Amino acid sequence: MENKILLEIVTPHGLIYSEEVDEVTANGSEGEFCVLQGHAPYVTTLKIGMLTCKTGKGPVIFFVNWGYAEIGADKVLILADSAERAEDIDVERSRAAFKRAEDRLKKAEDIDFHRAEASLERAATRIQVAQLKIPK
Amino acid sequence: MPTLRDIKRRIKAVHSTSKITKAMKMVAASKFRKAQQRMFELRPYADRMNSVLSSLAGGAESEIHPLLAVRPRQKVDIIVLTSDRGLCGAFNSNILRAASKHISHLQKEGFEVNVSAIGRKAADYFKRRNVPLKKSWTGISGRISYANAQEIATDIIERYTNEATDEIILAYNEFKSVAAQKVVVTRLLPLASIEAAAETLPVFNFIYEPSKEDIFNNLLPKNVEIQVFRALLESQASEEAARMSAMENATKAANDMINSLTLQFNKARQASITRELMDIVGGVEALKG
Repeated sequence: MENKILLEIVTPHGLIYSEEVDEVTANGSEGEFCVLQGHAPYVTTLKIGMLTCKTGKGPVIFFVNWGYAEIGADKVLILADSAERAEDIDVERSRAAFKRAEDRLKKAEDIDFHRAEASLERAATRIQVAQLKIPK
Repeated sequence: MPTLRDIKRRIKAVHSTSKITKAMKMVAASKFRKAQQRMFELRPYADRMNSVLSSLAGGAESEIHPLLAVRPRQKVDIIVLTSDRGLCGAFNSNILRAASKHISHLQKEGFEVNVSAIGRKAADYFKRRNVPLKKSWTGISGRISYANAQEIATDIIERYTNEATDEIILAYNEFKSVAAQKVVVTRLLPLASIEAAAETLPVFNFIYEPSKEDIFNNLLPKNVEIQVFRALLESQASEEAARMSAMENATKAANDMINSLTLQFNKARQASITRELMDIVGGVEALKG
């Protein structure tokens, strides 16, 4: 049980995950980073992206939508706006969201460009993450 | 002595009241379950958010962000959170009483107090007492969304940043259990956790990415939003729980009343039958004579 770190992912919709894992890889604002046990204290914002952790039973993949990560020597705490496990992602819904965002961007008369762009990115990443998991 | 028909009418009236209270109880129960679930989902997030802030606080200087500034206390904002609707027992009066006490206490100490209200009950209460309201948000209880919390938080942050106030206090009902709600008067800003943590916790030298300023710029307003949102949800769950038990009591009282009225009705009916019999017997006796 040594060399394990506690990974906790919490969102306003509840505690998504809380397990001891071997390794966590996430998409920080300055690029991807990887955490092993004994990491220096580290705080970063997270971009929309994928979070992977390695457990004894194989990797677990998450989709994370913005957030913060607080990393200590034996703990990784992810505070995300939303997050879900790859197998829980509703691909149909993401595709629909993708299309909606795309349409809005095409029309370009929308005022809220940033929002449309963000939702496009979110949907695209969701689909990507979900499909990573499927071919198993 | 009420006539038979009067009593019957009353029984009917009480019966229909009890039907209404029973239905309201059931509605409150289902709303309560929803509110409780949302609250339980948010709690871990809000707690973790607090713990992150306190562990960061060690390395945070108050100049880094306006929300970290601690000024000598002169002007105090108090935000009172109640429901929009009544019929929920002592839910609103408890909170209003606690808030008024707190306000007069602060005023006696010579602070300039500004009151804001969330929920129609608080707004009406302070209006009746001629307390000027800085701001009032009504019509949000029942369908709380994160946007509501954001709106309120933005206003709070603005006032604090503009130095319109030195301290912001929030009074709301915290959910303990279905039977118990606790009135909480808590300080939103300056951040209490940070102040306390700065003294007790060891200072970690965190690596910040992208930068300390960016992290605090993001995290601090977000924290205010989350704390407001949490208070809204706690209050919502408490309100429905309070309404549930209030309606339960009302239904019980109505049933008791129906029982005693029925007894009275039966007694009166029996009395009138006896009287009629006496009349007949009396008449027969007279004819015989």
